[in-house]
Amino acid sequence: MSPLLDVSNMRVRYRTAGRLASVVKRMDDPFIDAVCDVSFSLEAGQTLGLVGESGSGKSTIARALLGLKDIAEGSVRFDGRDLRSLDARSFNAVRRDMAMMWQDPVGSLSPRLTIKSLVTEPFRIHGREGRDLDEEAARLLTMVGLAPDFGARYPHQLSGGQARRVGVARALALDPKLVVADEPTAGLDVSVQAEVLNLLSDLQKRLGIAILVITHNLNVVRHITDRMAIMYLGRFVEQGPTQAIFDQPRHPYTEALLSANPEPDPDAAKARVELSGEVPSLRDRPRGCEFHTRCPHARDLCRTVAPTVTKDAAAHTFTCHFPLLPPQPSPR
Amino acid sequence: MSLAPTTSSSPKSGRPSSWRSGWRRLAADRLGFFGFVLVALFIVAAILAPWIAPYSPTQIMVGPRLAPPSWEHWLGTDQIGRDLLSRVLLGGRVALTVAFATIAAALTIGFALGLAAGFGPAWLDNILVLLFDAVRSFPTIVFGLAVVTLLGPGLSTVVLVVSVTSIPIYARIVRTQTQALRHADYVDAERAMGAGIFRILFVHILPNVVGPLVVLASMDVPLVIATEAGLSFLGLGVRPPMASWGTILNDGYTFIRNSPWPVIAGSIPIVLVTLGFTFFGEALRDIFDPRLRRDV
Amino acid sequence: MSEMTETTLLSVHDLSIDFFRSGAKLHALRHVDLEVRPGRIVGIVGESGCGKSTLASSLIGLLAGNAEIVSGSIEFEGQDLARLSTRQMRAVRGRRISMVFQDPMTALNPVVTIGRQMIDIQYREKRSSAEKRRIAAEMLRTVGIPDAESRLSAYPHQFSGGMRQRICIGMALLMEPALLIADEPTTALDATLEVQVIKLLKELQQQFGCAIVFVSHHLGTVAELCDEVVVMYAGEVVERGAVRDIFRKPSHPYTQALLECDPARIKTPTRELPTIPGTLPDLAHPPKGCIFRERCPKAFARCEVEAPADYAAEGAEHRARCHLLDGKARGTA
Repeated sequence: MSPLLDVSNMRVRYRTAGRLASVVKRMDDPFIDAVCDVSFSLEAGQTLGLVGESGSGKSTIARALLGLKDIAEGSVRFDGRDLRSLDARSFNAVRRDMAMMWQDPVGSLSPRLTIKSLVTEPFRIHGREGRDLDEEAARLLTMVGLAPDFGARYPHQLSGGQARRVGVARALALDPKLVVADEPTAGLDVSVQAEVLNLLSDLQKRLGIAILVITHNLNVVRHITDRMAIMYLGRFVEQGPTQAIFDQPRHPYTEALLSANPEPDPDAAKARVELSGEVPSLRDRPRGCEFHTRCPHARDLCRTVAPTVTKDAAAHTFTCHFPLLPPQPSPR
Repeated sequence: MSLAPTTSSSPKSGRPSSWRSGWRRLAADRLGFFGFVLVALFIVAAILAPWIAPYSPTQIMVGPRLAPPSWEHWLGTDQIGRDLLSRVLLGGRVALTVAFATIAAALTIGFALGLAAGFGPAWLDNILVLLFDAVRSFPTIVFGLAVVTLLGPGLSTVVLVVSVTSIPIYARIVRTQTQALRHADYVDAERAMGAGIFRILFVHILPNVVGPLVVLASMDVPLVIATEAGLSFLGLGVRPPMASWGTILNDGYTFIRNSPWPVIAGSIPIVLVTLGFTFFGEALRDIFDPRLRRDV
Repeated sequence: MSEMTETTLLSVHDLSIDFFRSGAKLHALRHVDLEVRPGRIVGIVGESGCGKSTLASSLIGLLAGNAEIVSGSIEFEGQDLARLSTRQMRAVRGRRISMVFQDPMTALNPVVTIGRQMIDIQYREKRSSAEKRRIAAEMLRTVGIPDAESRLSAYPHQFSGGMRQRICIGMALLMEPALLIADEPTTALDATLEVQVIKLLKELQQQFGCAIVFVSHHLGTVAELCDEVVVMYAGEVVERGAVRDIFRKPSHPYTQALLECDPARIKTPTRELPTIPGTLPDLAHPPKGCIFRERCPKAFARCEVEAPADYAAEGAEHRARCHLLDGKARGTA
């Protein structure tokens, strides 16, 4: 059976200069690639985590999947349909099956509507089909652990955790097959963060939805994803089963990212892999391996030749000339 | 544990009570309340003018010419013996009509153009902004003179001139607000759910733009009334014998050496209404804008 | 008090702060005690609404306009900061105590070059401007800005977020203060930059010898950076002690719960993460007795009626406000 979501060689570009300006300034390529050659697939009922720092392109992937940003190259198949070939009307039909949880839980709720109108908004858009909206609102709010009388409130009257729950309720209103969750724990305290993650896991178990989690928080990824992909400058540098990557990262960037996760233990082994410098600009990608400017293991080859994708066992892929070796004294 | 229902306890300030709390805030703001009273008096007086005016405003020689205030004529009489109080009351009707007609027209058209500029494609935005700037660059009086030569003086000319010149003010505000909201997270969220453009514009953007606009409109009323008075004073507006505050001033001005009363009678309502709407508008702004909201 | 002032740089005693909001009085801080010795890094941890930022702002006299110090003292270098006039406070601020904020984007003036800003904050010094410029460049080098000399003429937007936070730290240290207050300085940064900034703070502390009050909700960074930790909940200090005591032998049920639900501690993947059920108490009417009792799994009758004293817990200078400690160690504060 083919996977629910199958993305291959996706490229998303942003214009850096207006049409007129780019002609006047004779720019051959007035674009930057925010997402570059990205391929992944996601099965029903599974969770994939996209991990990366700000500007790595992970949120752009979400926007492209939801049709908020044009895809320049590559193919996206969702539930057996090629999304890039659909016209606006058919794409809207696909949107029933694909929902988004936004990074800013309060900012993504229309400020003048009540919570009840907000969670039933998907029905208003896609047709209520004889449903009683009051009942639906109560059902959805109860499902995410909020009392139905929350329906009378306005977004600014909710706490961060409550607004998150409203976001979950709204995403699940139309029984989607895929939920894209952008930083589902951003701005939440650890105790509330755990509540939201537990809720997501629980609903996934009950409803069998696929979840694409976009986050920079490795603790989230470790606990709720089956597979993970690590992004750097718009590319996947490593992708594979979450547990395998946590046990043994193969790409030096993954290793650095995993070790840059301070543990609440003053005597935790401080075998930290330090990265020097900062993420280069997308306008000026480094030659060769794009990570070589910060890589502690970079050699001459890395500065000139871009590495190709290597496939390990168990669908674990990485893009590095000198990957970290599996049998190695574990740093953690 | 994750599904333990969180109970809703006492929402802080819900929509149903927002009218009442707005009213409470207005009552607590002394100047704002004073403004509100002036505005209410003005509207009531203008509506009831034909019934409460002691004389006909156009009837000549109901009293002596240019008489000072007396028990028979509270504000005195003008140069042909018409009762000034009656003329001021009836003039208020003109002022109210002009104010509401122009602001309604300017609001509606300004709204539509502002939404189109703010939400539409960039080329449309460029054209509309150019148009707004072109209109704004004309002084109102010069534009008024041009229109009067084409259409002749009259109440409808005043309404036309004043609405055309105030459209850009409203449109610009709507445009700026719409542009700011266009890429707001919640608008993206609606688009991702498949909401159509009209749903986004009218359900999600418009209600967030309306507040500041209502405030602006109320503060604009005195400006419009003053413009009407100005145009009528120059003889471009309301035609005699119809009474307007501008024509009262105009008539009185000629005889100011004989008697100051017609000028005083014509300017008092302009001053009061300007003050009233300004205070009321400022109070409205404080009530609508949550950042300026002082909790009472 | 006298034996404390010799070894203590900053001593906050019984500090209570109220906020006026919507006609109600929020008791945002209640009877807070805090001690910072010279050259130590003290972490203040807690979840949102616990008052950690209010405490940090009160130390440098930057409380919001609707806040009022109800009681208590903030002793620093022989002065009570809680009683200083605005003018006197200004003399302390920036020179003896300085602050680094959460958002490096807004902490710098966007239309003035970095060099100008770094020279301007030396306005009290009798140095030539060439000398001030040299000192500024040296500080930029110290905080790890490459090519410091020429970067002085750059504007804030020409630096990345991580670089900007480094500049903010450099500016805070320029006057060699005795105390640096860092309010969530790494929250806006990515993980790899966060660990860089933590490392930088540690190095700078050793170089300059200043004390640091580090406010964070991130247990991992606190564990890594701090010598001592103060745990706050709903406006009260519930536990304080050396970093190892807090993380190894947490003695207050809130600290225990907080550590337990940090997913970074849980190594085996689980889809049922521990949580702290319940919500924060209403700070306009704080409950009688122990502030954490409504959410505490170990609460008993005494917690409802009597606010726990500052009991000694296991370890040197380890204290927690929990009745469970009353029997174990007989000493009270």
